[in-house]
Amino acid sequence: MSVFIIRRLSQSALVLLIMSLLVFFGVFAIGDPIEIFIAADADQAERERAIAALGLDKPIWLQYFYFLANALGGDLGRSFVFNIPAIDLILLRLPATLELAFCAVFLSVAFGIPLGMYAGYRPDSRAAKTIMATSIAGFSLPTFWVGLMMILVFAVELGWLPASGRGELGTFLGIQSSLFTLNGLAHLALPALNLALFNISLVIRLTRAGMRENMPMDYVKFARAKGLTQRRVVFVHVMKNIMIPVVTVIGLEIGQVIAFAVVTETIFAWPGMGKLIIDSINNLDRPVIVAYLLIIVLMFIVINLVVDVLYSVLDPRVRLSDTGK
Amino acid sequence: MTNEATLRVENLQTHFDTKAGTVRAVDGVSFDVRQGQILGLVGESGSGKSVTGFSIMGLVDPPGRIAGGRVLFQGRDIAKMGEEELRQLRGNRIAMIFQDPMMTLNPVLKVETQMIEAVQAHGNVDRKTAWTRARDALGQVGIPSPEERLNSYPHQFSGGMRQRVAIAIALLNKPDLIVADEPTTALDVTIQGQILYEVQKLARETRTALIWITHDLSVVASLADEICVMYAGRIVERGSVDQVLDAPAHPYTAGLIGSVPSRNVKGTKLVQIPGVMPSMLNLPSGCAFRLRCTHADATCEASAPPASGDARQVRCFHPLTAVA
Amino acid sequence: MADLDTPFRRFVADFREDKVAVGAAVLFVAIFAAAMACAYISPQNPYDLRQLDIMDGKMPPGKASMDGLVFWLGSDGQGRDMVSAILYGLRTSFLVAVTSGFIAAAVGTAVGLAAAYYGGWVDTLLMRTVDIKLSFPAILIALVLLAVFGQGTGKIVVALVVIQWAYYARTVRASALVERRKEYVEAAQCLALPQRRILFRHILPNCLPPLIVVGTIQIANSIALEATLSFLGVGLPITEPSLGLLIANGFEYILSGVYWISFFPGVALLVTIVSINLVGDRLRDVLNPRLQK
Repeated sequence: MSVFIIRRLSQSALVLLIMSLLVFFGVFAIGDPIEIFIAADADQAERERAIAALGLDKPIWLQYFYFLANALGGDLGRSFVFNIPAIDLILLRLPATLELAFCAVFLSVAFGIPLGMYAGYRPDSRAAKTIMATSIAGFSLPTFWVGLMMILVFAVELGWLPASGRGELGTFLGIQSSLFTLNGLAHLALPALNLALFNISLVIRLTRAGMRENMPMDYVKFARAKGLTQRRVVFVHVMKNIMIPVVTVIGLEIGQVIAFAVVTETIFAWPGMGKLIIDSINNLDRPVIVAYLLIIVLMFIVINLVVDVLYSVLDPRVRLSDTGK
Repeated sequence: MTNEATLRVENLQTHFDTKAGTVRAVDGVSFDVRQGQILGLVGESGSGKSVTGFSIMGLVDPPGRIAGGRVLFQGRDIAKMGEEELRQLRGNRIAMIFQDPMMTLNPVLKVETQMIEAVQAHGNVDRKTAWTRARDALGQVGIPSPEERLNSYPHQFSGGMRQRVAIAIALLNKPDLIVADEPTTALDVTIQGQILYEVQKLARETRTALIWITHDLSVVASLADEICVMYAGRIVERGSVDQVLDAPAHPYTAGLIGSVPSRNVKGTKLVQIPGVMPSMLNLPSGCAFRLRCTHADATCEASAPPASGDARQVRCFHPLTAVA
Repeated sequence: MADLDTPFRRFVADFREDKVAVGAAVLFVAIFAAAMACAYISPQNPYDLRQLDIMDGKMPPGKASMDGLVFWLGSDGQGRDMVSAILYGLRTSFLVAVTSGFIAAAVGTAVGLAAAYYGGWVDTLLMRTVDIKLSFPAILIALVLLAVFGQGTGKIVVALVVIQWAYYARTVRASALVERRKEYVEAAQCLALPQRRILFRHILPNCLPPLIVVGTIQIANSIALEATLSFLGVGLPITEPSLGLLIANGFEYILSGVYWISFFPGVALLVTIVSINLVGDRLRDVLNPRLQK
């Protein structure tokens, strides 16, 4: 197990290094770093200070090390717009995005798994067919347009839920979140559902496929031949087998959800880092873009790593064949 | 052998409704098996022998259904039981061992879990007691250091060991009847012998009735008391091991015996049954075997031969030996 | 029978068995044709400012302009007929998606063939790159590229190519590897046919069916992605309005209940994507068994 984690960690470090190289060359080789990191209206003294700090007067390989050192030290320049360090700005917005993303993932599990299991258990029933048709729609509908229609229906026409903002924050166990106030929950409902829609469909399809694949297997029939209740066969024997791919995919989808939060946050004016990156792109606030990029790459690598470890914990076959080597 | 039959199957019909028509996978099968008796159910793949086994377990899934006949277990008709009644019987009074030990155990659950749940499904037994029974059952089927093995996952066992685990699970609740569906087919020949010996010993000791489904006549020859030979959903010949093997009455049985290599003198040609098993959707009229039979004539085409005799039975218009 | 049974005829016959897919295909062709002919069939040129009158703005569907032009799907804030705007928008969306699709297919095919044909470290390097690329969401890659390069039609085509090539590369490599191991390729190698000829005359044609399937799905995906990016304001410039931009323009009016500016372009987008996906699903069903034959 530890061998496996060490190997995966070193792989992740390598990917991170490659990505930092790519980002570096994207910013320093293709673009003009002075233009990227120093605001256009900065005076000469500020320019020189920044050039020295970023090491832009040094040869390119040394610049890369400066960039790397600065990135590791959490210094990726200051936001032109907010005039605070870009990293701090992103970290300030991160909780809102994570809150939204985790609610969306929670919704996709809470809806996706039961619906998918039912659709796989009774594939010919009318309910199952309805579920599958809806999930095709969930795949094809463009997220941003669905978001607009949700605002139109639930906020404008029916007036049930607010259309924008994060609402009041409550504090629970030292964590600030909209989950802890009614007003916050009302604000969270539409964006979370909007962001979850694609993933609900995805989880439904995966679970259904797993169910249909596992139900005819011998181990299911053997479990029934032991006289187990149908409930135990489905919810222990089959579910434990289905959960391996489903958990893996859901884990990997967290990254996708965080990326797609850009769209949802823009529509619902959700003050997360997705909205921040769009604003930064429109304002040419480049230090924030670079910082966002590195943070999101880091998050992706961490997520991939965690999912891999989780997968090996869930599947005894993987776990043992690996330590055996 | 005077006691009442543990299982009596009367004119069992198990049909599968497919788009292409109804498949009569089991078409009027009758036999019985008593306490301590071993019955060999022999046939090629597709002859309906496994479906017969699943019908006894009440495990025929749609599109299959029991269309007729009775499956009397200790006098109660399984074909008429509800799901909960069946569940209480399965794994408790009737146990089943499957063909491929690689597929029958759940890969992601520990052996311990899979054994304890089988005990707890049939009685209010605490975990500790259930665990002890599981350990004893593993020891009974010859698995070394059962305490440690309980804590393992199925993939940590070899094929033979997995089949022993499956047999141990079948034995857990001391059933009155075990249905073994080709349990040695997927195993190495050496391990086959061990398992055969083990199962035979256990069945004799516990006086459990045993139905051993196989395509291999040589397996039942050393194991069974009585043999039923199935062809195209019907029992074509039935009798004691000695009667059937020494004096087969049905040409199909004779063909099966002729094609077993060990029973032939070295150097002589193995006898083959010509042709292949017909599709169950498109059986020939009359006797299902007639197109492969060297004795077939117009009588065989006109109608299906009825079963003659009682304990010693044959379904043939031209039996090779007279059957009383 | 034998001379009629060309692969193409068989393909058409197979495809026609699914009525839904046939309907989707007809619908798609109709939409595509209407979009391409937008300059001739749309009631007005929505980007000729002389034809617009701000007084006709935000007309609900069915109302007529002061000049008597009926706005069947309403008009936008500047008095633009939505039917015309949608047709022009669709044309832009198609052009961007199809152009980027073809370039990405070409790049991806080259990479996939190279990986399959040379194997070894070339294969490892190329496929690792594909893996890493595919582990990042498309929208993220597009945002980054557009943030670095800026807006523009050419730039969004580049971004879509960067996003898509890896899918084609993976598909082509997979089927090329299958083909390469077949006897006829070995036979061609024994005949000492030039490598280029084996690659392009023998292996490539057999990679086409899966390539077509991936291409169909990718076109739908890039239409959706381009619309999303344009909606976010980082995609196509305001001078080349696609469906995404139309929907974004309607966003500001939606809170006041003027729904049609966002709603109808969205429906057009949805119908287009669904019809392409349905055709793609059917293509996969029809073309896949042929691969195994």
